[in-house]
Amino acid sequence: MEKLLLLLVIVLAVVGIAQIAKVYQVSSELQKRREEDISPTSNKVNANLWLLFMIAFFGFFIWQFIAYGDMLLPVAASEHGAAVDQLFNVNWIILITVFFIVNFLLFFFSWKYVHSKNRKAYYFAHNNKLELVWTVIPSIALAFLIIYGLNVWNTVMADPADDALRVQLYAKQFDWTARYPGEDGKMGESDYLLITSQNPLGLITNETIETRVQELRDGITKTENKLATEIMPDDQAAELEDRIGSYKRQIAKILNFKKSKKDFSTAYDDIIVKGEFHLPIRRDVAFEINSRDVIHSAYMPHFRAQMNAVPGMTTRFSYKPTITTDSMRTVMDDAEFNYILLCNKVCGSAHYNMQMNIIVESEEQFEQWLSEQDPFVEPESLEATEESEEDNVEEDGPLAEKN
Amino acid sequence: MSATAEVQEAHAHPHEHHHEKESFVSKYIFSQDHKMISKQFLTTAIFMGIIAMMLSVFFRLQLAWPGESFEILNYFLGDRWAPDGVLDRNMYLSLVTIHGTIMVFFVLTGGLSGTFSNLLIPLQIGARDMASGFLNMLSYWFFLVSSVIMVASLFVETGAAGGGWTIYPPLSALEQAMPSSGLGMTLWLVSMALFIASSLLGGLNYIVTILNLRTKGMKMTRLPLTIWAFFITAVLGVLSFPVLFAAVLLLIMDRSMGTSFYLSDIYIGGEALDPVGGSPILYEHLFWFLGHPEVYIVLLPALGISSEVIATNSRKPIFGYRAMIGSIMAIGFLSFIVWGHHMFMSGMNPFLGSVFVFTTLLIAIPSAVKAFNYITTIWKGNLVFTPAMLFSIGLVSTFVTGGLTGIILADSALDINVHDTYFVVAHFHIVMGLSAIFGMFAGIYHWFPKMFGRMLNSKLGYAHFWMTIVGGYGVFFPMHFVGMAGAPRRYYQYTDYPMFDGIYDLNVLVTTFAIFAASAQAIFLFNFFWSIFRGQRATQNPWKSNTLEWTTPVEHMHGNWPGAIPVVHRWPYDYSKPGKELDYVPQNVPLTEGEEEH
Repeated sequence: MEKLLLLLVIVLAVVGIAQIAKVYQVSSELQKRREEDISPTSNKVNANLWLLFMIAFFGFFIWQFIAYGDMLLPVAASEHGAAVDQLFNVNWIILITVFFIVNFLLFFFSWKYVHSKNRKAYYFAHNNKLELVWTVIPSIALAFLIIYGLNVWNTVMADPADDALRVQLYAKQFDWTARYPGEDGKMGESDYLLITSQNPLGLITNETIETRVQELRDGITKTENKLATEIMPDDQAAELEDRIGSYKRQIAKILNFKKSKKDFSTAYDDIIVKGEFHLPIRRDVAFEINSRDVIHSAYMPHFRAQMNAVPGMTTRFSYKPTITTDSMRTVMDDAEFNYILLCNKVCGSAHYNMQMNIIVESEEQFEQWLSEQDPFVEPESLEATEESEEDNVEEDGPLAEKN
Repeated sequence: MSATAEVQEAHAHPHEHHHEKESFVSKYIFSQDHKMISKQFLTTAIFMGIIAMMLSVFFRLQLAWPGESFEILNYFLGDRWAPDGVLDRNMYLSLVTIHGTIMVFFVLTGGLSGTFSNLLIPLQIGARDMASGFLNMLSYWFFLVSSVIMVASLFVETGAAGGGWTIYPPLSALEQAMPSSGLGMTLWLVSMALFIASSLLGGLNYIVTILNLRTKGMKMTRLPLTIWAFFITAVLGVLSFPVLFAAVLLLIMDRSMGTSFYLSDIYIGGEALDPVGGSPILYEHLFWFLGHPEVYIVLLPALGISSEVIATNSRKPIFGYRAMIGSIMAIGFLSFIVWGHHMFMSGMNPFLGSVFVFTTLLIAIPSAVKAFNYITTIWKGNLVFTPAMLFSIGLVSTFVTGGLTGIILADSALDINVHDTYFVVAHFHIVMGLSAIFGMFAGIYHWFPKMFGRMLNSKLGYAHFWMTIVGGYGVFFPMHFVGMAGAPRRYYQYTDYPMFDGIYDLNVLVTTFAIFAASAQAIFLFNFFWSIFRGQRATQNPWKSNTLEWTTPVEHMHGNWPGAIPVVHRWPYDYSKPGKELDYVPQNVPLTEGEEEH
C-alpha cells in the first residue's frame, strides 16, 4: 500500500512537472520567446548567483576550517612527522592562496562581464608575454615544492640507524601480528609453507618443519581415503587429486629447507604479539612488513607512516617515535587514547576493522614489557624435545626420497 | 497520460517523414550513422550514470548512519544484501567498486568520448561520416554488451566485484579472499575486456577520421579545441588500453589457468597455494600505466568541450589557442610517465618514487596554463549564461580546486599520510569526477539542438546546474577534512575507532548533499527526455557559433550536408572580431580582403 502511494506520488509529480513545462512552452510560443535567447534578467540573475556562490563556497571552506581544523593531521608523534607537517603547511599556504585567487578571478569575472547588448567582447586571441608569465611562475613555485618535497622524502626513506629496533608487521585477513627478534637480535626465517594454527607466521624451526610435514602427510592420507571410498563427480575427484599433488610438492619444498643446513634456531626466541605492540621512545624502529594473503597496508597516521604489505615480498618503513602514549594521553586529556595501526588497502569484508594498538614508552618500560612476553618456543620445552628431535633427523633421508 | 502520449506521437512523426526509407532496425538499432551512434552512447551512458549514482547514495547512507536500517536499501538490495535494511559489508564493497567502475569507464570514458567524439568529429571537421561506419557501430555494440554484463554482475549470488575499481590481486584473483572475487569478478573482467575492445575500435576510428577526412581548408591549426582534445584522448586510449587488456588477461590466467603472474607465497583459507614468483606490484604497474592516462582520457574531452562552450558564450576567442593545443599535448605525453604516483606506498623503490614526483608535478604547469587561459578568455568577454556556459565555468572551478590538491598527493612525502584516505577520494572526485561530468553536461546542453533538433529548457538547466555545483562541492569538499583526519577510504564504518569520532557529522553532511545532488539530476532527466519529444524546435545555429556543425540542417541526414561540404577559411574563434558587424564569423566565411586570420 505504501509503495503504491509512493508510486502514485511520483507519477503525479511527473505529470505535474510535465504540465508546468507545457504551460511554460505555450507561453514561450505566445511571446515568441526562444530558449537560446538568454534574457538580460536571466543573465543578471546567474551573474549574481556566481557572486553569491563564491561567498557561500569560501564561507563553507572557512567554516569547515574553523569547525574541523583541529581534527586535521593528528599530532605528529615521530621525528620525521614534524618535517612532513612543516612541508604540509608550506604547501597549504601556497595552494590555499592560489585556490582563493583563481576561484575569485573566475567568479568575479563571470559576474562582471555579464552580457550587455551595448558592448562587444574584447578580441584578445593571444599574448605571448602573458602566457610566458603564467608558465614561468608556476614552474618556479613547483620547482621549489619538488626540491623541498624530495628532500623530506629522502629523509623519511633513509636507511634506519644500525641499532634500530627491528619489528615485523605481519598482515593477514583481518588482523595484524607483530614480531620482535628476541634476545639474539636476529629475526628467525619464515616461509608461508610452514604456516599452521600454532605457527601463524610460518617461522622455520626443525619442529615446525616436522609438524607441517606431518600435517601435510595426514592430509594426503585423508584425501586418498576420501578418493578411494567416496563416489563423487569427476571434477571434484580431479580437484582432490590436484590437492594431493600440491601437498606432495609442498612437502618436497619444505624438506629442502632442512637440506640447506641453515641454522634455524634464531626463530626460537622471537617474540610474537597480537592486539597491541610496544615501541621504545627515541629509538629508530625498522619495520619489515609482510602479508600472507592479499595486499594490506600498514598505516600509522600519528607517525606519518604507511607502507603496503605485499604477499611474496618484504617492504620496509622506519621512524623514530618522539611522544610516549602517556604524554599523548595527558596532552589530549583522554585516558583511553592509543596510537593505532590500521589497514589502508581494501582487503576484504572486515577491512574496516583491522587494527592494532601501538604503545610508545620509555626504553626501560619497553624492555620490561618485552621480557614479560613469551618467546616463540619456551627454552624449557626446547630441552625436553631435544632427544626426540634426533630421531627425526635420522628419519629424514628415506622420507625425502619417498616424496 | 495517454493523451499526452498521443500528442507526442503526432508531433514526433512529421519530424521523421522526410528521411530516406530506412527500416526501424537500421535507423535506430544497427545504425552506422555517427549521429545516431552518438545518441546511442549518450542514452546508454545516462542509464549507467543513474545506476552508478544510486549505488553511491546507497553506500553513503551506510557511511553517514552506520548500521541503521533503511527500507530503501532492503527494497533495492533485498534480504540477502540488506537484511533488515542494513547494508551488508560485502555488498558495501561491491557497491563502491561498481560505482567507480561504471562512472570512470562507462559514463566518463564511453559516455563522454563515445557521445561527443562521434557527434562532433565528422561535423566539426567537415566529413560525411566516420572513416568506418561499421567499426563505429561495432564500438557501440561492444560498449552496450559490456554495460549489460557489468550491470548483470550486480545480480550475481556471491556479489559483484568488490576489490575496488582498481581490482588489485591477490584479492581479486582468489575466490577464497572474498566471495565476490568469484563469478562477480569474472563478469567484471569479461565486461572490461569488451569495453576495451569498444574503446579501441572507437579510438582508432577517431584518429583516422581526424587525420584523413578534414574538409578543404581545415588545417590542423584551424581545428576547434574540442577536436584536438578528442584527438589526443583517442591517442592516449589507443596507447594505454591495450596495457590494461594485458593486465586483465594475465589476471584471468592467474584466476583460471594456474599461472602466477601476480601471485606468490599465499596462504589463504587454511591452504598454502602453489604459485610462487609472481608479484602483485606487476599488476599495479600495468593497471596504472592505463590508469593514469585514463584520468586524462576522462578529463581532456571535458576540457575540449568547455573550451568551445566558453569561447562561444563569452563571444570572445579562446585565449592562447596554440598554447591550449600545446598544453593538451604536454598533458597527454606526461600522463604516460607519471603512473607511479599511485604507487608511492606499494613498496616500490623510493628513488623511483622521486622520479615520479618530478614528472607528476610537471603536469601542473600545462594544467595551470589551461586554467589561466580560460580565465583570460572570460576576462572582458560578453558572457551569455546558457546552462552549458554555467557548467563550463563550473568545470574551470572544479579543475582548479581539485587540481591543487593533486599537488599534495603528487608529493610522495605528503602522500604517505593521505594515500588511500578520503583526501584522495575528494581530490579525484573534484578534479576528474565533477570536472568531467560538468563537461559532459555542458556538451549535452550545448549540442542537444544538434543531436535532437530541439532545445532543452534553460530554466530547468539553471536549476540543475546550481543544485549540482552546490551539491557537488558539498559532497566532496568536506572529504578533504575527513581524509586529513586520517580516515581510510573503502571502510564500511568508522565506529571502531575513537580517533574518527570527529568525522561523523561531516559524513552526515556529505550524505545529505549527496542526496540533494542526486535529486537534482531528476530535473535534468526530466528535461532531457521531455525535450527530446516536446522541446522547442531548434534553429540552425542557436548559439551563434562559428564551427561547422551549425552549418548542417537541423534535420539529421546521412552525409550531414545536403550539398557540397563547406570549405574552411578561418579558425573557429573569430568572435567579436574588430571590423565585423556581427560578433561571430563562421569558419566557412572567406576572409575579406586585407583581413588577417588571427
